[in-house]
Amino acid sequence: MGRRGAVGSNVLRKDGAGKVNGRALYLDDLSFPGMLHARTIRSTIPAGTITRVTPRVATREFIVVDHRDIPGRNVVALIDDDQPCLAEKRIRHVAEPILVLAHEDRETLLGATVDIEYRQTTPNYDPLRSDVTFKQIAIDKGHVADGFARADLIVDGEYRTRHQEQLYIEPNGVIAVPDGHGGVIVYGSLQCPYYVHRALKVLLGLPDERVRVIQTETGGGFGGKEEYPSMIAGHAALAAIKSGRPVKLVYDRVEDMLATTKRHPSIVRHRTGVTKDGRLTAIEIDATFDGGAYATLSAVVLSRGLIHASGPYRCDHVKIRGRATMTNTPPNGAFRGFGAPQTQFAAEVHMDRIADALGIDPVRLRELNAFRPGDITATGQTLGKDCSALTVLREAVKRTDFRKRRKALKGTGRGIGLALFFHGSGFTGSGEVKLASRATLQLTERGARILVGSTEIGQGTRTMLAQIVADTLGVSYDAVDVNDADTGVVPDSGPTVASRTCLIVGRLLQRAAAEMRERLGDLSPSQYLKKHGPLVVTTQYEKPEKVSWDDTTYRGDAYESYGWGCDVAEVQIDPVTSQAIPVAFTTVHEIGRAIHPGLARGQIEGGSAQGIGWALLEEVVIRDGRMVNSSLTNYIIPTTLDTPPIEVQIVDNPYPQGPFGAKGVGEMPIDGPAPAIINAIRHAGVDIREIPASPERIQACASR
Amino acid sequence: MRFTLNGKRTRVDVHPLARLLDVLREELHLTGTKEGCGEGECGACTVLIDGHPVNACLVPAAHAEGAEVTTIEGLRAHPLQHAFVEHGGAQCGICTPGMILAAVALGPKPSRKAMQAGLAGNLCRCTGYSAIYRSIEKARPARKRKRR
Ligand code: FES
Ligand code: FES
Repeated sequence: MGRRGAVGSNVLRKDGAGKVNGRALYLDDLSFPGMLHARTIRSTIPAGTITRVTPRVATREFIVVDHRDIPGRNVVALIDDDQPCLAEKRIRHVAEPILVLAHEDRETLLGATVDIEYRQTTPNYDPLRSDVTFKQIAIDKGHVADGFARADLIVDGEYRTRHQEQLYIEPNGVIAVPDGHGGVIVYGSLQCPYYVHRALKVLLGLPDERVRVIQTETGGGFGGKEEYPSMIAGHAALAAIKSGRPVKLVYDRVEDMLATTKRHPSIVRHRTGVTKDGRLTAIEIDATFDGGAYATLSAVVLSRGLIHASGPYRCDHVKIRGRATMTNTPPNGAFRGFGAPQTQFAAEVHMDRIADALGIDPVRLRELNAFRPGDITATGQTLGKDCSALTVLREAVKRTDFRKRRKALKGTGRGIGLALFFHGSGFTGSGEVKLASRATLQLTERGARILVGSTEIGQGTRTMLAQIVADTLGVSYDAVDVNDADTGVVPDSGPTVASRTCLIVGRLLQRAAAEMRERLGDLSPSQYLKKHGPLVVTTQYEKPEKVSWDDTTYRGDAYESYGWGCDVAEVQIDPVTSQAIPVAFTTVHEIGRAIHPGLARGQIEGGSAQGIGWALLEEVVIRDGRMVNSSLTNYIIPTTLDTPPIEVQIVDNPYPQGPFGAKGVGEMPIDGPAPAIINAIRHAGVDIREIPASPERIQACASR
Repeated sequence: MRFTLNGKRTRVDVHPLARLLDVLREELHLTGTKEGCGEGECGACTVLIDGHPVNACLVPAAHAEGAEVTTIEGLRAHPLQHAFVEHGGAQCGICTPGMILAAVALGPKPSRKAMQAGLAGNLCRCTGYSAIYRSIEKARPARKRKRR
């Protein structure tokens, strides 16, 4: 053909032009004739019951929506269906939605007040002392007692992580428009149009075709727009149905931080048996995740967390127990990494403590125990040639001259640390089989149009999928276009989460394009259309043959493939302020093969920066169940001045079942930075086991 | 009030204390200027007043009286715009208009240090800033870019 393939090259991103000239339309940029603005009235107590609600508004001017206006079931349908869309009586957290007010004029709306009286009950903020467990999971391999019996040394440790706010720069927002037939069309900044679609059907008691969800250009998600938009869409839709007019509901930054989901705080305990020469003989882990007030996605966050909890290490005897429990704080939910950053933080800080206890080099300890192809994970999965733990470790050590640097920095107030990690691509366990995702390809005059429910949220979905289709179909990248994620037109390709879009949806489209190419034969797209008429190919997920999973025993292939990463961080501790300043950061990633090296690098750099923020800066301060620093003034994310140069190395190891050899990349970059940084701080002389490693915490640990 | 907006003389009737951001987005329908926080912390609303970057969410409309205001819609094929697409400076794009205008204000060939300092008021949650620096560096004159 003589054409250079799109895959593997840095083609211009599909959504680039609109984003740099200001024409890309985000939710708040849209407006409809006769549109009302809406606002959510929320609880001010963490636990109790509502005894009286009195809106102090002119009821003829305002639309006031409460739970009695819900035609279907009053739940945000997801997994457990325990969360009401609008509270009826019971309050489980501060900022729980009770009413929705709507008015033409935003100022008038903001001025409206509602008196709410409550009977308060005693809240619980301690996930370890909760009497509600959303989910518990056990993973066993071998017999830990045997493993401990073989150990020369046993190392214990407890590690804690706290909330993290996703902090997409575009706050949440939706517009609901009545469709004229009793249904609604919802536009929104969101990751998963079909999640919203399903939640609205349940809430409004409507059939499939009366709910249509259209994603607008989305200014970042990071998991924060995975499940929460279902709630906001519900509120706007109720107001739209009641008023018969379009309703816009956009959060300001304070409300977005106060009310929406965050990363689950975690408490993870390790007890590890090890031989004198550094071989792991037993790993015992107990993890508790703070789920907040409702179940949301806690069960699956816990699942991913626990499967990654023993790190990328071989060990014959593993026992993992974990639970997600309820507390009276706003529900926690999806955030890039989905439980794995929490558990791998614990695992990797613990590894350095084991190395210290044995008096051996932390690289050596990891080299001895890192997974090799053929090794068996805690769930009993045999790893294939797509296992690159040792490769990324060695590459990171070499690139940073780690061992030499470590010696040179000793006692200088600077430290260097590393973390080795992995991340499963796609839904956990039988998740992909249950999702049964679909993708559609439509032949066009020039090439093809992609119709998928997968969303572009900055990571490059449109571009990457178009590259895969272009090369498979044998047309140019420009000849492939991508439809908006509009449930009225596109099939359900599953949610845009879990590092699954490239591997799972990319593969579906690759199959569709291959089939289309066959059907075309020698004809060009326009010749085919002229001769045979329209051509549409839809493919559905098929489980790779080798993959099997048992939900009841929690054994089998937890993910069809994993990415592998190693981070090295160098940190300077300010002797006066005790502030830890990251000065250098190197990351090596094996993600199969990068479809678009520039975009993949962007994911790795951005995820690393987000991880650095979680490790050092980002602290959600909760007092009496309420986030007290719910603004960008005092919840600090990394600025240009806080972000060190990030060196990225992508190692190729094409995964045969992935599209053009690719696996997932979106989440893994956030697994490594926190433990690498904490290990660097330990190397600089401060034994800290909780993040964020703020100056106060570093000071407290240093003076212990 | 009267001012020059993207090179065009413009008149609008607004309260002098209205936020410049709302005047641009709602009265003049230039929605390329974004709101990320409304409190001067994120820089998504950055516009140039007489060439200097300001947060349009903090600036009252009266402040722009008689001045020259540039929004993202006022840039026409500026080298920075293409560079942000080509080198990964724009991911989700919500910070991008503000970031590009702040970068314009840095002048040609800023050093890394100058970029770090000059963009410290513009938050980006997607890129970790590296690709933004690369985009700005690569946006140097097209002739040079080709030779490299
Ligand atoms: S919106 Fe103006 S600084 Fe954030
Ligand atoms: S590109 Fe998303 S915030 Fe900067």
